[in-house]
Amino acid sequence: MFGQPTSPRIRAALAGTLSAGLVFGLAACGGGGDDDSASTDASASAIDCAPYTKFGDLKGKTVTIYTGIVTPEDTPHIESYKPFENCTGASIKYEGDKSFETQILVRARAGNPPDLAIVPQPGLVKQLVATGKAVAAPADTAANVDKFWDKAWKTYTTIDGKFYGAPLGASVKSLVWYSPSEFKDAGYTVPTTLDELKALSDKMVADGKKPWCAGIGSGDATGWPVTDWMEDMVLRTSDPDTYDKWVNHSIPFNGPEATAALDAVGGYLKNDKYVNGGLGDVKSIATTTFQDGGLPILDGTCSLHRQASFYAANFPKGTKVAEDGDVFAFYLPGKDATTKPVLGAGEFVVAFADRPEVQAFQTYLSSDVWANTKAKLSSGWVSANKGLDPNNLTNPIDKLAGTILLDPKATFRFDGSDQMPAAVGSDAFWKQSTQWITGQDTATTLNNIEKAWPK
Amino acid sequence: MFNTASTTPEKILQMLSALLLFAAVMGIILFIAGRFGGKKGDRVVAYLYLLPVLLLLTVGLVYPGLRTIYQSFFDAAGDAFIGFDNYGTIFSDPDQLTVLRNTVFWVVLTPFVATAIGLVYAILIDKSRFESFAKTLIFLPMSISFVAAGVIWKFMYEYRPDQGNVKQIGLINQLIVWFGGKPVQLLIESPLNSFLLIVVMIWIQAGFAMTILSAAIKAIPDDIIEAARLDGVNAWTMFRRITLPSVQPTVVVVLTTIGIGTLKVFDIVRTMTGGNFNTSVVANEFYRQTFNADNQGLGAALATLLFVLVIPIVWYNIRSLRQSEAS
Repeated sequence: MFGQPTSPRIRAALAGTLSAGLVFGLAACGGGGDDDSASTDASASAIDCAPYTKFGDLKGKTVTIYTGIVTPEDTPHIESYKPFENCTGASIKYEGDKSFETQILVRARAGNPPDLAIVPQPGLVKQLVATGKAVAAPADTAANVDKFWDKAWKTYTTIDGKFYGAPLGASVKSLVWYSPSEFKDAGYTVPTTLDELKALSDKMVADGKKPWCAGIGSGDATGWPVTDWMEDMVLRTSDPDTYDKWVNHSIPFNGPEATAALDAVGGYLKNDKYVNGGLGDVKSIATTTFQDGGLPILDGTCSLHRQASFYAANFPKGTKVAEDGDVFAFYLPGKDATTKPVLGAGEFVVAFADRPEVQAFQTYLSSDVWANTKAKLSSGWVSANKGLDPNNLTNPIDKLAGTILLDPKATFRFDGSDQMPAAVGSDAFWKQSTQWITGQDTATTLNNIEKAWPK
Repeated sequence: MFNTASTTPEKILQMLSALLLFAAVMGIILFIAGRFGGKKGDRVVAYLYLLPVLLLLTVGLVYPGLRTIYQSFFDAAGDAFIGFDNYGTIFSDPDQLTVLRNTVFWVVLTPFVATAIGLVYAILIDKSRFESFAKTLIFLPMSISFVAAGVIWKFMYEYRPDQGNVKQIGLINQLIVWFGGKPVQLLIESPLNSFLLIVVMIWIQAGFAMTILSAAIKAIPDDIIEAARLDGVNAWTMFRRITLPSVQPTVVVVLTTIGIGTLKVFDIVRTMTGGNFNTSVVANEFYRQTFNADNQGLGAALATLLFVLVIPIVWYNIRSLRQSEAS
């Protein structure tokens, strides 16, 4: 899933950031004394600098940060640095670049890296560490991560025992989109277990509907939504530990666990009674773009669509995405109501310099103070930082995603295909998933992916 | 400055310095060339002018070419020497064999069909009243980029289910529906989908073939045609005995030129199917292996294979070009 989910995220930002983000951000800040960061030219006196005194005086120092986050999603980022800049005197130089993912490697190898980089995949963090130019995160940052994040997060950037970067934003993939009004009219309830989800789907079939719609078309990345489906099902038909083993290839890709998971996906996506609402038969999933995959919910030809939180931005302008609106999402339930595996993704801050001001800023970005500041400024953004108050998130879907991430019973797991070697994660897994949709059987599909795993 | 230019002024500055550098190099060469005179001097001047070309070809083409061939003998990460294993993969892996099969379809069909359509069209419209208009019509697709053509034809082949009030948005499926058929997922059915992609390439290239061949037909001396007419030949004999032999060298040039372009086809496949549903061709697979699968070795081997396949056609193309110029 290299690159692909970034663009929906950027689009998600397009939809929300400029309009809702700033407006909500400004409005939400009215009362607070310690978080008045929304106003661009807020003087230092307007901000409560107490949380920043520990960073010391950094007057005249500059920190460069390089990211793939570009206009307009960059605005809330830059705004969220203001309190730090105002209180410590440091200045942050932000550089957004659409070709970040290839350029950061070039820059690191050429010996010209930025001070900090916002890296969207654990795999890329590994590659950057392999260049020898990345430096381990300071103890203060590590302490923040221990305090504010589920321990799974720390492992994604811990390489050879050294911890390289704190998580920044996060996204939730274990979501099912639906129409609240359809649910109300037909008397459906949001399922809380996998069995209930199946029962709900069958009930919809009995009501004469094709409940599920899906689309996996995405240019040469066609197939990636199936990989998300399968990862979600490995987490549910097995358990998170098995998932880790499967992702790290300490159990084979085509073992019984994986077979059970892909067959479970097949129970939905390859079931011609269930799919493809408003779009055709099972095979039409392969040619429908992922952007179009969930749109039939709006015209009532489809009821359920599994896709990440960023899908909110794909609905046409004027669609109300809320629990009482046109569309909303519910958590893709676990095997039973007590287990709550969450599949998601996120980005990490990796440093290439260990000057005090760089470390101070790095620590600031890993703090609850920053997470809450950022939450008020943006729309279509969440973090798994436990210090984040979900009430600071500005729109309903962010709030839902935030609540799922921060649920103490939830077990978070990072998108597996992002962590697998490129030959699998961004080639064979996609290609074979597409073949699987167009008719190839589960065993052949998994065997082919296993064969593609670099020895 | 040459490393990163993040702001627009920096980029413009970088561009200007590159242009200045170019002007400076040209100035120096012209200056040195100007110091030589006479018969012997001409030779020196010629070599001097060739120098930048040779230099750039070496840096930009020969070195990367040799480097690619060298890399094709190494594994995915480019670390371990594995001999001809990558080539073995190309000729044994079922996925790669499909890629080769498709490439054969493309290379055999596109040049011949496009040239045939171009030739017939050129003959039919020759000296007709609407000649220039008719030529414009078939030439227009030439001016569209491959990517744009891919997008256009993707819409032509678009599929919507035969379901309730869902309407077709693709022309081909709408035609099928009008004639009482059921809509077909055209881009999924293999090998039909490969042929449907080839149609796009033919659509683009037929105009090129028509233009060149039309010029060649007009160049046939009138006296030959006149003589044939006096002998009372029919249209077919005229085509078979007069037109075709006269334009034969041009036909070969057109065939080989389209052949070379077809071997390298990438944009159409990538835009329309992304190489999925068994439609990948060598150039697309080379890209996918190198950049998606991070398999430099196999990518390089595919690039080398493409190079090897193109060589004989290029050689034949140049030979025919010389012949047709000489005649």
